[in-house]
Amino acid sequence: MQFVDEFRDEQLVHNVLAEIRRTVTQPWVIMEICGGQTHALLHYGLDQMLPSEIELVHGPGCPVCVTSLELIDQALAIASQPGVIFTSFGDMLRVPGSHGDLFSVRAAGGQVRVVYSPLDAVKIAVENPDKEVVFFAIGFETTGPANAMSVLQAQALGLKNYSVLVSQVCVPPAMHAILGSPNNRVQGFLAAGHVSTVMGYWEYPPIAEKYRVPIVVTGFEPLDLVQGVLMAVRQLEKGTHEVQNAYPRAVTYEGNKAAQAILKKVYEPCDRNWRGIGKIPQSGWKLREAYRDFDAEKRFQVGGIQTKESDICIAGLVLQGLKKPPECPAFGVLCTPQNPLGATMVSSEGACAAYYRYGRRE
Amino acid sequence: MNNEELPIMEGLICPVPLAHQDQIVMGHGSGGRMTQQLFERVFRPAFDNTALREENDFAAAALPPQTSLKGKLSISTDCHIVSPLFFPGGDIGRLAVCGTVNDMCMSGAQPLYLTAGFILEEGLKIKTLERVVESIKLAAEEAGVQIIAGDTKVVEKGKADGLFVTTTGVGWIPEGRQIGGAKAEPGDVVLVSGTLGDHGIAVLSARGELGFEAQVVSDTAPLNGLIQAILAAAPHTHVLRDPTRGGLATTLNEIVRQSRTGILIEERCIPVSMPVKAACEMLGFDPLYIANEGKVIVISPPDEAEAALDAMKAHPYGAMAARIGTVVDEPKGRVLLKTLIGGSRILDVLAGEILPRIC
Repeated sequence: MQFVDEFRDEQLVHNVLAEIRRTVTQPWVIMEICGGQTHALLHYGLDQMLPSEIELVHGPGCPVCVTSLELIDQALAIASQPGVIFTSFGDMLRVPGSHGDLFSVRAAGGQVRVVYSPLDAVKIAVENPDKEVVFFAIGFETTGPANAMSVLQAQALGLKNYSVLVSQVCVPPAMHAILGSPNNRVQGFLAAGHVSTVMGYWEYPPIAEKYRVPIVVTGFEPLDLVQGVLMAVRQLEKGTHEVQNAYPRAVTYEGNKAAQAILKKVYEPCDRNWRGIGKIPQSGWKLREAYRDFDAEKRFQVGGIQTKESDICIAGLVLQGLKKPPECPAFGVLCTPQNPLGATMVSSEGACAAYYRYGRRE
Repeated sequence: MNNEELPIMEGLICPVPLAHQDQIVMGHGSGGRMTQQLFERVFRPAFDNTALREENDFAAAALPPQTSLKGKLSISTDCHIVSPLFFPGGDIGRLAVCGTVNDMCMSGAQPLYLTAGFILEEGLKIKTLERVVESIKLAAEEAGVQIIAGDTKVVEKGKADGLFVTTTGVGWIPEGRQIGGAKAEPGDVVLVSGTLGDHGIAVLSARGELGFEAQVVSDTAPLNGLIQAILAAAPHTHVLRDPTRGGLATTLNEIVRQSRTGILIEERCIPVSMPVKAACEMLGFDPLYIANEGKVIVISPPDEAEAALDAMKAHPYGAMAARIGTVVDEPKGRVLLKTLIGGSRILDVLAGEILPRIC
């Protein structure tokens, strides 16, 4: 398959790995931001092929994992109401709230439907005028434009029965939070390729400058990942802290301007709670005043829910790169993908799920 | 009596019941005349055989002449639900025959008879039922089995999804044949009969939920002919297993658990068709976890592996067969995958439902 097979070529990957081995002289801690990168690293066994000097820690870039417990509980409350069709990306269905998940709401008779695109949720709203259709608009800058587009489309269609439960978060504020933490160990970043496809990488130079860390925009195939690591290691060894692009076939400096325009039109920045991490100022988006009629939080009045997080789960520390999943006492014992205590064990991008699935148990 | 003397009966007369020729109504499950009519119209013409003609509540079926009461019976039951009922490459009827025939012949059995139970939803078009029954007939003929008993129940609209079919199969395992998951031994060779993931992706695509049309045809097929060919060429085959729900990964994990061995497979050797690969890339699925309905995993002693592979390749249902790995001593109970780029990872069982990724 073109644009896939070349980037999984064993010989090319080994050439880059050899170059990394030639370059590295001392230990470095590099964070890959995106959960998709974490999974690819473990899926291909790359984590075990890198020289031991390089420690990759796994970042907070898993939209399912960082969606706050309050919002999950609100989703459960809305989805349980009669007359509601609650639509969501499939990955969210298994995420545990304080009491149950969306699968249990569905089993109890709630109408919960998996959609592949938020525009499908709009279609469901058109086809079911007597039902309230709610879409769980979660995600980073990657899902943001399509989620926002669904609101614009619903408005254009004059739909009164469509709303979104917004949980949009942004990558750069999370990078600030990680680098600004007194416990920070991260010395360089592999920035998230798909987020950068939308946003470009003009937001990163101030971060690289302020914290003196190299940032390399990196893709998701094995060759992309080793190339990103190589470029970061070269900078670390030289002591530079530039922003570089190792994913030029998808990412430009400016990014997708049309998508950014939609984001700006529909959303405005707000503080967001990140599950396991806490409140990060100006780290997310909410609907602008002009689109508040489409805000499910407002429409369903489900505020004031008392949340209850697992006492044992260390997902927050994992998401900040401070702990690895097997360091959690519950990992693989009390907490498994079938019975997750935290969201990082659920999502196809969650670090704990990746460690469990690919058998990294020690 | 002339016409003027006829009593006016309008409003009092019993209406002639509607015949309900075109759709299933509750009466078709009453056990009475309508059930009988449905049987006569739909099932009997398709499945006609000696046992059915007896019209008993049981079927008395003959054993194959070569048994002389030696060997064992292989008995298997499978419930079949699928939405949509018809998909590229198959339908619930073909699936209901192949699913049970394949389960039976994974013991090396010769499948002989099937029974079929139908749960019909009120409102189901009789034409739809006839199409399914015709498909059952054709698949049973291909597999060389007879449908010798059955049952039909009707449930109210909304309590089923069109129709559900449960089939039970009876087969004969010749004396001395010992095939099973526990028989895998270190050094054995792991073979697969063709491309993986076709059925699962074909059904998903037919549901129209993918947002794109995938050109994938389900592999639903009765495998007893292929199995016979394999066993003729490699009579000491240790394991036969069809990787249905949970796919190759889940099935291999069952085998290592049963046999207390490990299995090492090579990603680059695993056959996956291009459309399935593309669909999986887009959705974030792993074809090793996607269901198959016409594939078999064969574990052979090393000296028979080549013969088994050749026999598979010579059969229409095994043309894309490949050698994908070996059984190893350690790590016990684990399936290891050597990745495309030479790394390795553990291939675990499927946890819960397969869900498409977000971004």
